Parts: sequence; C-alpha cells; structure tokens
Amino acid sequence: MESRLVYMDHGATTPVRKEVFDYMAPFLQERYGNPSSLHTPGREVRQAVEEAREKTADALGANSDELYITAGGTESNNIALRGVAKKRGKPGHIITSSIEHHAVLDVCKDLEKEGHRVTYLPVDRYGRVDPAAVQDALEEDTFIISIMAANNEIGTLQPVREIGALARGKGVYFHTDAVQVVGQLPVDVNELNVDLLSLSAHKLNGPKGVGALYMRKGVKIDPLYRGGSQERKLRPGTENVPGIIGQGKAIELAVSEIPEKKKRLEHLRDRLIKGLINIGEVSLNGHPEERLPGNVNVSFKYIEGESVLLSLDMEGIAASSGSACSSGSLEPSHVLSAIGLDHSTAHGSVRFSLGYGNNEEDIDYVLEKTPPIVERLRSMSPTYRSR
Amino acid sequence: MYSEKVMDHFTNPRNVGELANADAVGETGSFKCGDTMKLYLKVKDERIEDIRFQTFGCGAAIASSSMLTEMVKGKTIDEAARVTNQDVADELGGLPPMKLHCSNLAADALQDAIADYKSKQRSV
Repeated sequence: MESRLVYMDHGATTPVRKEVFDYMAPFLQERYGNPSSLHTPGREVRQAVEEAREKTADALGANSDELYITAGGTESNNIALRGVAKKRGKPGHIITSSIEHHAVLDVCKDLEKEGHRVTYLPVDRYGRVDPAAVQDALEEDTFIISIMAANNEIGTLQPVREIGALARGKGVYFHTDAVQVVGQLPVDVNELNVDLLSLSAHKLNGPKGVGALYMRKGVKIDPLYRGGSQERKLRPGTENVPGIIGQGKAIELAVSEIPEKKKRLEHLRDRLIKGLINIGEVSLNGHPEERLPGNVNVSFKYIEGESVLLSLDMEGIAASSGSACSSGSLEPSHVLSAIGLDHSTAHGSVRFSLGYGNNEEDIDYVLEKTPPIVERLRSMSPTYRSR
Repeated sequence: MYSEKVMDHFTNPRNVGELANADAVGETGSFKCGDTMKLYLKVKDERIEDIRFQTFGCGAAIASSSMLTEMVKGKTIDEAARVTNQDVADELGGLPPMKLHCSNLAADALQDAIADYKSKQRSV
C-alpha cells in the first residue's frame, strides 16, 4: 500500500512553513515576555510584535497603525461589521452578497435581529457580484458594504476595486473578507478602495488562531470586547505573540513569492481542471479565468461529493466538498445554490485547493486516481445507469 | 467518523447493480439531503431470492444500502418488511447522528419494493 499524502485542501488550512516555524519558535520559550511589560524581556517582545505588524501592514500597502491583530478571519469579520454597526448606534442598511462566508453571513443575520436591514446581493452563474447591483442596492442609510475578495468554495474573484470606488464615492464603508486572497494575489488597500479588510494567517502557511483586521484611519468603530489597551483597545487581551510573529513572517514570505507562485499554481490548477473535465460529464464551478490561482471546484455528475472524498482519502488525497452530505447541515452549500446549480449537481461537487508544496507529480497522482473512483461510484448510481 | 463496518460496505458494497426481470423495484429519495436509491428484488415462494441496489449518495447511504441487501437476502417478504432503519444502522455498528437518515433511505426503498411486489401480486 502506498502511504502517499497529496494535500489539496489549502482553502481549509495550510501547513506552517519551516521558515515561519523557526522564526516563531523562540517566542514560545526563550522570548516569553509580555509585550505590555516595562522590563527588558517585555520590551524586546514588544519590538518584535511591532515588526510583525509592520510586515503584515506592508503586505497590504497599509500603515502599521491601521493594522489590528485578531484571532483570525472570523474574529476580524465580527469586529469589523458588529463594531461599525455598534458605533453607529441606530438601525441602518448593510449590503453584502449571498455567497459570503458564514463568518459574514451569520453576523449580518444577527444584525438584522438587532434592527438593521441587509441586502444579500445575488451573483451570476460564475459567482460574480455585479457592481451595478451594488449601486442599485444603495439606500439613504446604507453604512457598510461587505463583499468578499474571492469566494472560498468556487474561487471566483470579485470586482473589489469597482465596488470599493463606488462605496468611496457614496461615503459608505467598504469591508472585504480577503482571507482567501492575501498571499495569493497582490492586495493593496489603497488601490482597492478598501476601508476594512480581514485576513487570516493559517491560510498562507502561518499559524492558526491569528489574523488581522486592516482598518483605514478615521473609520468609526466601537470595540466588542473590554479589558485592556492592547490593539488600541479594539482587541484587548494579552497578545498571541508566537502567532503574531509567525503571521508577520508568513505574510512577508507569501507576498514576496506571489508572482512566481501565482504562475505555478495557475498552471497546476488549469492542468487539473482539464484532466478532471476529460473524465466526462464533469463541470467546472466558478469563473474559468477570474478565479483563485489554486482553486479547482468541479461537479461530478451522477455521484455524490462525500463518497468521492472518502474514496480520495483512501488514496491519500485530501480535498473537500460542498455537497449536502458533507456539510453537516444536510443543505447543499449556499454558494453552489446561489450560482444556480441544481441539487444533484451541487451534490457532486468537490473542491481541490492547491498551495505551497503541490507539484506536477501531485496533479499526475490525482488524475490517475480520480477516474476509477468516479467510474466505480457511477457504476453504483441509479441516475447514471438509467439515462 | 465512520465505523470499520461502514467503510467495509462502502469500499466493497454487496449486491450492487440491477436485476434483469426483477419481480419488484423500489425507488426512494431522501428529502433531507437529496440522495436516491433503487432496489431490485427477485422473489421465489415469498422469499427474497436475489437482491440488487443502486445508490446516489454519501458513504453512509451506500453502506446502508449494501448492508440492507445482506440483511434481507433469503428472508421472506414478511420477515423483510419488519427490518427497520435502526436495524440497518445497528448492523453497521452505528452511524454518526447526522447520518442516521441515510439508513432511512435503505429501509424506505425496501418498503417501496415490497409494496411494488404486493401490488403486482394482486394484479396477477
């Protein structure tokens, strides 16, 4: 038996790179000082934390005093949306899309319960939000627009720059959940007209449990937590120092490698897409060109995603699915429904997300192992035989 | 997440396929998740002589289908009619709570096949 592992679930999480691990390791033991302490061990750690903040801010074209460290993408989204709504202090209107991550959607649903009105914009069959629809949705009291930079399931890139410009023109805050994009594609908060941006370290070969919220100077926000002056009171609590240090290093490395990595991953991605479509009755979900460099999302007709995942896993291939059976909620993914997939096509969806470490041999291996799996499951399927 | 027995039945499903000249066919779909199953019976002297299934579904749905066919093959129609989804899940060594409905798929397909058999008997 082969004990090969081909990890193709980088959209879920990524391994911490050796360089990142080595860089953060001393902060778990030798350099344990609290950055808020006045003594030397504390002050030294403070300096390292601020350097990491600078690296993270630099990667976004931001100033370091506009960068707030958080516990990850979900927390950044919560702080951004709830914090701005809290500061506003009265009900208003929010615009978002129907394909956001639950870390945005569920917050919006909560804000609705608190009296705010939310427009969930539809998307086209590729999963793109139309900037004109954003324009049309604007109301007198719209105070924030939140549209993800790229979709985590189908990889479709959103017209963030256009939406940002529109928001800027109307004086409405623009937030983007960019956890899938930072480190994959160039992101400049000024070019993109972004006021708030969420990112997460573990999606770019950094540690889990740490992320950041970029917030343009002047954005009016109230903190959700109380208890200390850390992160200029927006996110109080003793800093996750090793995480912050690791995040700074990971983002610095990831961003410096974007040109080379983008080219390499796009090549691998397109090879994998072509090979999977060659199996027959396999369709690509998401936009053919405007998509994340490492995202492959296909639907295998007549079969169900979870059974494909189980079979792939037995061959040492790690992927994910948006099928009802693998969602834990028995509903197909809201993203696949929003792009208009019928239930059975959504049911057969599988996502392979490529990243640092994947190579040509991995693609060869997946393209060798997948067709017999699909064939076997189709041979058991009543919908396949009865065509 | 799944027991060894579930994985065994998923990897090496018993009685997969169609039956030419089946005496009864059952078909069902899960309202919950969208899985579908088709079950074919060959009946002789009120006994299930042969059985085949086809399933469009997750690992638990395929394993439940396979297990059900093993459980009822050789049983009389009346004996088979008493097999419940819980029996199937138990035989599989249990299913995760979210996957219990998958065993319904198999039990429902069987009930549908039995109803088809009985209606054909009446019309003969």
